[in-house]
Amino acid sequence: MSKTYADAAAALDGLLYDGMTIAAGGFGLCGIPEQLIAAIAASGVKDLTVVSNNAGVDGFGLGVLLHTRQVKKMISSYVGENREFERQYLSGELELEFAPQGTLAERLRAGGAGIPGFYTRTGVGTLVAEGKEHKDFDGETYILERGIVADLAIVHAWQGDPYGNLIYRKTARNFNPNAATAGRMTVAEVEHMVEPGSLDPDKIHTPGVYVQRLFAGTGFEKRIEQRTVREHGA
Amino acid sequence: MSWTRDEMAMRAALELKDGFYVNLGIGMPTLVANHVAKGIDITLQSENGMLGMGPYPTEDEVDADLINAGKQTITELRRTSYFSSADSFAMIRGGHMDLSILGAMEVAENGDIANWMVPGKLVKGMGGAMDLVAGARRIVVLMDHNDKTGGAKFRKSCTLPLTGAGVVDMIITDLAVFERPDRRSSFKLIETAPGVTADEVRAKTEAAYQ
Repeated sequence: MSKTYADAAAALDGLLYDGMTIAAGGFGLCGIPEQLIAAIAASGVKDLTVVSNNAGVDGFGLGVLLHTRQVKKMISSYVGENREFERQYLSGELELEFAPQGTLAERLRAGGAGIPGFYTRTGVGTLVAEGKEHKDFDGETYILERGIVADLAIVHAWQGDPYGNLIYRKTARNFNPNAATAGRMTVAEVEHMVEPGSLDPDKIHTPGVYVQRLFAGTGFEKRIEQRTVREHGA
Repeated sequence: MSWTRDEMAMRAALELKDGFYVNLGIGMPTLVANHVAKGIDITLQSENGMLGMGPYPTEDEVDADLINAGKQTITELRRTSYFSSADSFAMIRGGHMDLSILGAMEVAENGDIANWMVPGKLVKGMGGAMDLVAGARRIVVLMDHNDKTGGAKFRKSCTLPLTGAGVVDMIITDLAVFERPDRRSSFKLIETAPGVTADEVRAKTEAAYQ
């Protein structure tokens, strides 16, 4: 059974429906599944719950889906870079659930690993803990956080093979491997599709079992949010 | 004479011990990396998934796949490793970071810290701050002693929503340094900036300390 598709639209064909939950990899604009996001925008699917650390910027990444008002709710840790997000949130058009970044990552990891909940110290004594079960272990208080299983996970990888094995590059890895495990269906866009057997099995980050569909994109934009440089010799 | 931002960062750098794994918060804490003493070798963690963070790149080294938690382009070092966000916070939550240096809007005398949200203002989110204060073995706060209207930032209790409860070990301000030996003890004034008296610090602080 082939997992490879021609492009993002083909890879998403038949998978999208209104009201679904989508988990997306990426941190800021680094390692985001930019072509899958664009294809979801083009599909017109709406009332989405999107699980993603950030919400993109105006006009790029998840900012595109916000602009077209396809998102009903975001589950994120930091959303500071997006004016349209701000506007929709302040006007009550968009629901927002803040999750601490490590808790969000672990919720995806747990969901993908069949663990419905876990206890963490993160957030104890803060607004995040309100309404959550508290439990003491060895004299320390922890709160219960729930694992997340998404209807669809979308990820961006550097290399992939036709079996869905993925390798990420540098800090573009971030939430991608965690999101990839948390989808009932996972679709990956890769920068380079390689022949079977050419990925070193010892270096694969996401084993193919987690990836149902993938395609090799061309012309990735890979926008940089904060270009900071030093002078030569500095 | 109060300390400048660089002098505060320099003071914070004295808390770095050889071999430490350290996470520096966004803003003033990033200046601490410029003041690491000779002979002290530390490894910086970036919570988006990197240990061994290098300096900013030269123009030709810029790589869209290589950024820090502030979304700035950076470089790798010979010691660098990359990992997923879940692994990154496993090492933070699991107590493997020796130290985190963070900014704050308020710190309370019991070590509560508030640095993510002002009610009524736009809330951008806590990012990794709640995980860091709950997980790093030692938390050092770098902040101005008073806010722009002169209000004390080291207080009896925080007025803003907390990032973490009872987690701060040391506070370095532009006027003074407070420390406590453990999280059940109260803070003690251990240093003042040159020309700043203990009385002046007392007058500009709401919190009780020794």
